[in-house]
Amino acid sequence: MISQQLLYSLAGIGLFGIGLRATLLHQMLLARLLALNVCGAGVFLIFIAVAYGGLEQLVDPVPHALVLTGIVVAVSATAMALALGRRLQELNDE
Amino acid sequence: MNNAIIWVIIIPLLGSLLSIIWSRFASFIAISCNLLALAASISIVAQVHQSGPLTHQLGSWQAGLGITLRADALSSILLLMSMLVISAVTFYASAYFSDPIKRARFWPLWLMLVVALNALLMSGDLFNLYVTLELLGLSAVGLTALSDNRAALQAAIRYLSIGLLGSLVFLAGVALIYTGHGTLDLVELSTRVEADPLSQVAFGLMTAGLLIKSALFPLHFWLPSAHASAPAPVSAALSALVVKVAVYILIRLWIDIFDLTLTPLSGMLLGILGAIAVIWGSWQALQAERLKLMAAYSTVAQIGYLFIFLPIIIALPKGPAQDAAFTALLLMAITHGFAKSAFFLSAGVIQQFCGHDRIAELGGTARALPLTTFVIALSGVALIGLPPSGSFIGKWQLISGSLQTGQGWWVVVIAIGSALATAYVFRILGHAFGPGEGVSKVLNWGRQEIPALILAIIATLILGLGSAGLWDFVSQHSAFLGS
Repeated sequence: MISQQLLYSLAGIGLFGIGLRATLLHQMLLARLLALNVCGAGVFLIFIAVAYGGLEQLVDPVPHALVLTGIVVAVSATAMALALGRRLQELNDE
Repeated sequence: MNNAIIWVIIIPLLGSLLSIIWSRFASFIAISCNLLALAASISIVAQVHQSGPLTHQLGSWQAGLGITLRADALSSILLLMSMLVISAVTFYASAYFSDPIKRARFWPLWLMLVVALNALLMSGDLFNLYVTLELLGLSAVGLTALSDNRAALQAAIRYLSIGLLGSLVFLAGVALIYTGHGTLDLVELSTRVEADPLSQVAFGLMTAGLLIKSALFPLHFWLPSAHASAPAPVSAALSALVVKVAVYILIRLWIDIFDLTLTPLSGMLLGILGAIAVIWGSWQALQAERLKLMAAYSTVAQIGYLFIFLPIIIALPKGPAQDAAFTALLLMAITHGFAKSAFFLSAGVIQQFCGHDRIAELGGTARALPLTTFVIALSGVALIGLPPSGSFIGKWQLISGSLQTGQGWWVVVIAIGSALATAYVFRILGHAFGPGEGVSKVLNWGRQEIPALILAIIATLILGLGSAGLWDFVSQHSAFLGS
């Protein structure tokens, strides 16, 4: 039977691949941002899967802390890209 | 006293916050914070010189849980270089922005860029490198968008999305490293990592992410538009420092940590990409119609030289020969940092004075702005690699290294690159000395021209004539972590 850790890791790698492909294919800012976030979610899932060591053991806290930091970075970067996109839209409308 | 490592990060961070609150005194705050951080970086170099690498555990948390800050020969030299460039550009910027709104927006972001640069150079673990890389990217994008026109915003959005992609790919590599080795600390990794498949995949991912950030051909496409459309002081920092620190991380990974997996084949591949970047970037620089676009393409070419060093360093035997090639790489990177920032600052003066930076219409500039034209010529000397600039010695070592290791074909690339660089520098000078109006507008450009002049003099004279000091420093304290 496939272990849970491996399953989650593979799912993370899969998400990362899907996001990467979409980022490279799409030109539209919004689609690209969504794809980047999917890509990021994949990487975070890999970290979470690494932290799990089985039912008896405590979870490794370091990857969790890393993922939290990573989420903060991803949210702020997304917000910034959206703000830039809106400003560009305003300039285009003028 | 290891606290100097904290101060180079905390002082600009404090300055960034204060400059939001007291935006009227922002220029004063920025200048004084940068001078203090410069003093701290000098003290770091002195301490590393005296007693070897410094480390500091933030909040006294143990390594593994807390954040480790670390300074060694390589990072402290780059820190000093970046603080010198930043200080000169800060003086320049205090006179550059006439629009008060833009000025108020510039300083907090600028100081945040300094925080990110210094924190990145002082980082002792892989995850911290990722965070500072993102912080650097976000502040650089904000500064690029400061021009607030369509071209600049489009360039900023492209810069942001490509930068995010690069750091996510890097982060995926970091996750794999943690899976395999259970630590992110650079020093510990340098003893643990071996050439197993997992490490190699992780290594490949991190390298790919950093190649995007360091704009190696063919991943350079985002650089020219972003660097050319940002305000002049921002372009100077982007070209001289922001691209350079991505190369710094790459060198750390390649030479310090993955010593064993450093296969000749992948090194050769990066060398070939570097060679294409040298020729293609120089050729595009020669074709460019605008001064700042030319400088941006020249950065693509100069980054290429740094990558040509890799296959040569791999092929050289361990010991003095390899150390010499490594120091030459460092010298080339530092010289380019000073020369390119001086060049961009001068391009900014010309742009403000003439109202444009079209190379074909520069006639009369030499008469109107003699000092700035002189600075462009001086930094041109360093870009071409003429003696006595630091890049002359760097290229000399590069050529002798490639002949020593039987890789003579790099010499052809270097010769073509230098010839093209000569052509593009003299093309600007030819137009600048040409006839045209623009006489006797007596203006006080002192605060902008003098910093650029100092940077150019460091690149051409001090680094060239004083390079023996750098040689001693690096060979005394082997820059490598493991050995």
